[in-house]
Amino acid sequence: MCLGIPGRVTSVVDDAGLRTGVVDFGGVRREVCLAYVPDAAVGDYVVVHVGFAISRLDEDVALRTLEIIAAMPGAMEQELGPAGNSGAPIGGAA
Amino acid sequence: MKYVEEYRDPQLAHQLLEQIHAVTTKPWNLMEVCGGQTNTIVRQGIDDVLPAGLRMVHGPGCPVCVTPLEMVDKACAIATRPEVTFTSYGDMLRVPGSHSDLLSLKARGADVRVVYSPMEAVRIAREDPSREVVFFAVGFETTAPANAMAVIRARELGLTNFSILVSHVLVPPAMTSILDDEDCEIDAFLAAGHVCAVMGWREYEPIAAQYRVPIVVTGFEPLDLLEGILMAVRQLETGRAEVENQYIRAVRRNGNEHAQDAIRTVFRVDDRTWRGVGQIPGSGLELAADFAEFDAARRFAVDGIETLENPACIAGSILRGTKLPTDCPMYGIACTPRSPLGAPMVSSEGTCAAFFNAGRVAEATPATVGSMT
Ligand code: SF4
Repeated sequence: MCLGIPGRVTSVVDDAGLRTGVVDFGGVRREVCLAYVPDAAVGDYVVVHVGFAISRLDEDVALRTLEIIAAMPGAMEQELGPAGNSGAPIGGAA
Repeated sequence: MKYVEEYRDPQLAHQLLEQIHAVTTKPWNLMEVCGGQTNTIVRQGIDDVLPAGLRMVHGPGCPVCVTPLEMVDKACAIATRPEVTFTSYGDMLRVPGSHSDLLSLKARGADVRVVYSPMEAVRIAREDPSREVVFFAVGFETTAPANAMAVIRARELGLTNFSILVSHVLVPPAMTSILDDEDCEIDAFLAAGHVCAVMGWREYEPIAAQYRVPIVVTGFEPLDLLEGILMAVRQLETGRAEVENQYIRAVRRNGNEHAQDAIRTVFRVDDRTWRGVGQIPGSGLELAADFAEFDAARRFAVDGIETLENPACIAGSILRGTKLPTDCPMYGIACTPRSPLGAPMVSSEGTCAAFFNAGRVAEATPATVGSMT
């Protein structure tokens, strides 16, 4: 839970008052809370911990970090959680 | 050097290593705080190629490992209640409690679910008001903003069936506790990069000044660690004791102030027991009085738990950095990642699991090999 995976913001939505978006981690997409990075926009790279973006990164740095995490066996799964629960709405307006 | 250039750039790694060898004239003990850093150091064998006498001591930076046994037992007690859906990060499920672990309870029919984010637990609570949804809120400052937002969100949504079992730990008090120990041999720290992405490094400045100990905010990739080690040794060799930032690509001095605001709103600082280490004053977070209604430990009255630690496990010495996993008679024999006796064997960030996964054996003499590869 501590490596912090960088990913690219592909969409930003206001989810009933909560700044949320979809972030792409080298092909794996997850819904991520963007409340703590109010200036991060679509196309920006962010470091994500347990579903929350906590800082922004330059693209080249982000891509390299992603490559490294992908090279660590099991690290992606551990950071992103089990496959299959992606894209689920987060406390969203039903 | 502003940015480390390439993970697999052997030339750059070699240059950093040469510089480390060139500047090191005395024996030094460096402690890396973050379990992700421990994993990289052990996996890459970084400690094996450092100069003789430059020793990496693996610190207590694995959140899974330091969550006290009592909290694991409380989690198990809550998870067995029929009305409860217990949610947790995956790596907490196999942490052994006194009598069971969450994964075994799940196998026996308890409603235990792995979530990637506490917001998923909020969603489950929202979708099924008939369930009492509890999230196991463990971790360092990196996960605290997420858990804070889950509680803020639950209040906004008016959820009455969501609560968190809080076992949050803070890095700076753990560092001072280690430094206050009479037998402390730590000369410098590599602080955890992502903790500092949230908190910044202002809190570390008084520690560096008061204890005369260099602290280098460091990332978790191999080149980050080599550079962090070099920066720390340079300070030691020139008699400086400052906070420096190796991880400039992700960390600013003030950290993420939005995240800090949320932490301050939802939590208050309290004493906390660290598994294997004991109580450290002011080293944890509890829910603030205004958010006490979201406290699972109150809601489910799980007091009176008697904990029973496996007597063979020397996790306390491992977490303090005074012993290596290979010093433990259970290591790799009775205790493996498949059937862990103690928490440091569970998570890949735990020192015992990192050693086991890297195939380290008792005969090895890490940290004293002077050769470079
Ligand atoms: S090897 Fe197992 S029993 Fe020994 S200290 Fe590590 S976790 Fe405990």
